[in-house]
Amino acid sequence: MQIETILNNQRVTWQIAPDEMLADTLRAYGLLSVKQGCDTSCCGLCTVWIDGKPTLSCSTLAYRVKGKEVTTIEGVQSEAAEFARVLVAEGAEQCGFCSPGFIMTVLAMKHELKNPTEEEIIHYLTGNLCRCTGYLGQLRAIKKYLGVD
Amino acid sequence: MFTIDHLVQPQTIEEAYQILNEHTSNTILGGCAYLRLGSKKIRTAIDLANLHLDYIQEHPATIEIGAMATFRDLETHPALKNHFNGIIPHSVSSIIGVQFRNIVTVGATVYSKYGFSDLLTALLALDTEVKLHQGGSMTLADFLKKPYPKDILTAISIQKNNCKAIYQDLRNSKSDFPILNTAVSCLDNQWRIVVGARPLKAEIASKASRELSDKAVIRAEDVKNAARGAAEELSFGTNLRGTAAYRRAMCSILVSRAITEVLACR
Repeated sequence: MQIETILNNQRVTWQIAPDEMLADTLRAYGLLSVKQGCDTSCCGLCTVWIDGKPTLSCSTLAYRVKGKEVTTIEGVQSEAAEFARVLVAEGAEQCGFCSPGFIMTVLAMKHELKNPTEEEIIHYLTGNLCRCTGYLGQLRAIKKYLGVD
Repeated sequence: MFTIDHLVQPQTIEEAYQILNEHTSNTILGGCAYLRLGSKKIRTAIDLANLHLDYIQEHPATIEIGAMATFRDLETHPALKNHFNGIIPHSVSSIIGVQFRNIVTVGATVYSKYGFSDLLTALLALDTEVKLHQGGSMTLADFLKKPYPKDILTAISIQKNNCKAIYQDLRNSKSDFPILNTAVSCLDNQWRIVVGARPLKAEIASKASRELSDKAVIRAEDVKNAARGAAEELSFGTNLRGTAAYRRAMCSILVSRAITEVLACR
């Protein structure tokens, strides 16, 4: 099947199988920032935006992005780098495997919630698992990045 | 591993229904969040994306939710936050994460009658109707009880009233599946106690609900009896998250808390 989509602000045409998942399509296209972790819709590593909404690409049929806008971390590099600097400064970056999905969710939260409380931040990030940091450094970094107490 | 031979996006609901019934393995796609966990062999997958069913509309007497509305839509919609003590947004807010709730659809959850569903428990405590393309409208309670031939769920409709409703659940961790959940509602002294994730699908504890509704004044002892009664009249099962005995014991606790909270709302 052939679909057209807007990937990181560029029109692309993909040849896909009906049962192909978006994470597989993106990785085959060379976007290896899209990680495959649990494959059971739980870990958030494969998070990308579809029409601006954070979505699990491992559980989205590639066909479903036909005519939509898909954004991976490669499409928001400067914004991601700005947050990544804060992450590193707060000691919240260790193996880095979860970082692309995590950063995509943080940036989506920044666009969606204005001045979120700590409780709202934790709630929004529940779907992003990290087995290294223990989350406290990440929480510090997010609060610093968003300029909230 | 699941497989899909063909994938179509019909332009009308009639076309979707016709394709659905052309072959036994033809299937309507919901959010597809669990598709990867199974080994379903689908000849033609039918995506309802072109049918504009991703809506939540507030009408004078009802709130109508299209089959393709996502759990995140439920969580953030003002009308649902403002009615029934926000039980619907509350019931879905602990399900995995935002990126998961942006996928999962109302139609697939209700039609599949998932035992672990948080949403079904909350919906059953309200006056909810299910709209099927071929089968017409029916109460959610009827829909859950009876088997129906292959059909397409197009929407659910919730009666707007002054019902007070509370949802409670028990989970090993915040974003995990529930070990048990319960929803209790009260409208004009008519109580409804619902328990789900038993791990069987949500069910109304009819006897306990009736006994509580018969009371002119509800005392602490009545709350305790209703909670115990609900735990006794419903059946529970064992899976990796908990035993039947544990669920039964926890049921009376959750129901008791939920009734107490509803009383505090009145």
